[in-house]
Amino acid sequence: MKAIGLVLAGGNSNKMRELSNKRAIAGMPIAGSYRAIDFVLSNMSNSHIHKVAVITQYNAKSLNEHLNSSKWWDFGRKQGGLFVFTPTITARNSFWYRGTADAMYQNISFLKKSHEPYVVIASGDGIYKLDYNKVLEYHINKRADITVVCTKLPEEEDASRFGVIKAEEDGRIIQFDEKPIVTDSNTVSTGIYIIRRRQLIELLEKAADEVRFDFVKDILIRYKDVKKVYAYTMDTYWNNISTVEAFYRTNLDFLKKDIRNYFFRQYPDIYSKVEDLPPAKYNQGSNVKNSLISSGCIINGQVENSILYKKVYIGNNCTIKNSIILNDVYIGNNTHIENCIVESRCTIRANSNYMGEDGEIKIVVEKNNRYVL
Amino acid sequence: MIKKEMIAMLLAGGQGSRLGVLTSHIAKPAVAFGGKYRIIDFPLSNCINSGVDTVGVLTQYQPLRLNTHIGIGIPWDLDRNIGGVSILPPYEKSTCSEWYTGTANAIYQNLEYMEYYNPDYVLILGGDHIYKMDYEIMLEYHKSKNADITLATIPVPMEEASRFGVVITDENKRIIEFEEKPPQPRSNLASMGIYIFSWNVLKDALIALSEQKGCDFGKHIIPYCHQKGDGVFAYEYNGYWKDVGTLGSYWESNMELIDLIPEFNLYEEFWKIYTKADTIPPQFIADTAIIDKAIIGEGTEIYGEVYNSVIGSGVTIGQGAIIRDSIIMKAAVIEDGVIINKSIIAEGAVIGANTQLGVGEEVPNKLYPNIYSFGLVTVAENTKIPSGVKIGKNTAIEGVTLPEDYPNGILESGETLIKAGDRL
Repeated sequence: MKAIGLVLAGGNSNKMRELSNKRAIAGMPIAGSYRAIDFVLSNMSNSHIHKVAVITQYNAKSLNEHLNSSKWWDFGRKQGGLFVFTPTITARNSFWYRGTADAMYQNISFLKKSHEPYVVIASGDGIYKLDYNKVLEYHINKRADITVVCTKLPEEEDASRFGVIKAEEDGRIIQFDEKPIVTDSNTVSTGIYIIRRRQLIELLEKAADEVRFDFVKDILIRYKDVKKVYAYTMDTYWNNISTVEAFYRTNLDFLKKDIRNYFFRQYPDIYSKVEDLPPAKYNQGSNVKNSLISSGCIINGQVENSILYKKVYIGNNCTIKNSIILNDVYIGNNTHIENCIVESRCTIRANSNYMGEDGEIKIVVEKNNRYVL
Repeated sequence: MIKKEMIAMLLAGGQGSRLGVLTSHIAKPAVAFGGKYRIIDFPLSNCINSGVDTVGVLTQYQPLRLNTHIGIGIPWDLDRNIGGVSILPPYEKSTCSEWYTGTANAIYQNLEYMEYYNPDYVLILGGDHIYKMDYEIMLEYHKSKNADITLATIPVPMEEASRFGVVITDENKRIIEFEEKPPQPRSNLASMGIYIFSWNVLKDALIALSEQKGCDFGKHIIPYCHQKGDGVFAYEYNGYWKDVGTLGSYWESNMELIDLIPEFNLYEEFWKIYTKADTIPPQFIADTAIIDKAIIGEGTEIYGEVYNSVIGSGVTIGQGAIIRDSIIMKAAVIEDGVIINKSIIAEGAVIGANTQLGVGEEVPNKLYPNIYSFGLVTVAENTKIPSGVKIGKNTAIEGVTLPEDYPNGILESGETLIKAGDRL
């Protein structure tokens, strides 16, 4: 492939409530056995992009842990590889990343030293499969300066947390509103862009000169009438998980057979770090219905319409309903959990009761000492 | 300068013919075990957990699956700059070219491999046991006894000792006598087929017996060393150790993993077992499913009922299917309404809808009564069984079978149905 990859994984959102206290959104566990960033990294690997930089900033501990080896996505190559860029103080700069454009600008040497003609920029919190070569082909055909990958949201979904786009017949973007209060369009940007590498360097340097820091606001929107900015519409599954509700819904989407087949059983695969866990174990008294269960789980109780991540222990006589239990959670006997997201590494005492009510999803963070239980 | 204190040689070339159709296309160490593992994962994980980072794997019989599984050893952290895992198949030589004719002969043919690492000790392992063992402790024992050879042994019940090779030791644990399957055993210490040799002792013995036909450790090398007065000591191991050389013991040790707290516990943080896991997604349990006592691998989708079984990864179990006391390996497809009792279904097999396995009376297998016993139905990998047939006990099926292969829709107990040619 004639492109390098840039993954923007620095983001955090207060719409994730307590879930983003300990990690960047791109490091969020998803669909039982993955993390959000696996999707973009697998897409890049499957599109034969060999050189990928991940730009992190906000609480990257769990993300860095996940990226500690590049072999899972097959990036451990002599040519190319996986690079992780966190903000550093240098002689000339002592700022954090002040925006997406600034984050790229502070690592501009990576762009300058590469020789590939194009750059694929993608955020780390999208759940989708995409062959970036198809986007690149479109980009070249349209002789575009920047191509923005868009998707149409379902009618009922609120577009106002996204960048909303209006394009002409031929795909050229004429309007781009970032997180508008009201909008009549449901075509939104997925945060995936293709741009010529030299063009990107030029735009980033210009923005830096003008003390502008945001890629969307200060480059995309600012230049959209001067440069040819095109929309590529993607019609396969795409979801962004940057709110608690979206995260919950995206997870439960995987209980649908067609979505599971699309991601889990159809070419190409999504890769993730392998953790050497034993198979899931169902003991006597377990009763599991319509749920996803990951490796390393031990189940003694009842689980319904839920997703158990890796290494979850469910005690005797528990009921877990419509809930998402993240990695390495221990749930003591006789506990009832409904409409909840249980944060990873929680230890929940026996006889507890947690319930999200009135359509609200409750986030449970409960740190007890596991071995005195 | 390359120097490894101890290297391991893992004998993985055997067919394991007592596993019947399970090993007709793969070597025994590559047979799946416990939902997501293969038998060879246990000795390989033991090696790396014991700090042995140089392992030669001797292959001969049907090595493809084994080779792809091991690769360059990444899952076991055995991808090393110096050492790591090496696959050692038999090779052509200028004077004579021969297969590995015996366990010791195989090691003899790889003297150069061992010499390259300049070892002080060589650990000889088999690829057909399920156990967790710290070879480092055994090595310390070997050193403390100033031994030339140390045999790992395990105490077995006296009444079963006659099925094993037992050793008789003096009070210092030095072996005075060997008895191979003695009718009246005088000791209950059974040899586990795991040896530590001091390098020069091994080298000398291999060279001295290089002309021996089918040179074998148990039959030739150990008795030879013992006779010439080398110090041969017994190291006593007291943990879980299971030979999975027969269909019955293979089935049994899989079933033991399902116990509430199994004797062989895969869930302990300490002493992890590693494997090449190529399936990542979680498993899906549908609302029509019932699962009671089972272990289930990644990416499996279950719509039917599973009781007391070990299910591998990527398996599909259709609606209304009932699985009891069975082992179902990777990527097998069990269609709707199938009833399976006490069966072993190998990788990639497809069982057509409403077929029943393990029905009727138990009758000894007509062709291979010693292999297909224990009342099991054994289905080879990539086998296709058509819809709506009934299959009896102590049976074996291999190949793409058609309805006409089942007279009156039945394969009676004790029958063997092996179709050459097509596989899925």
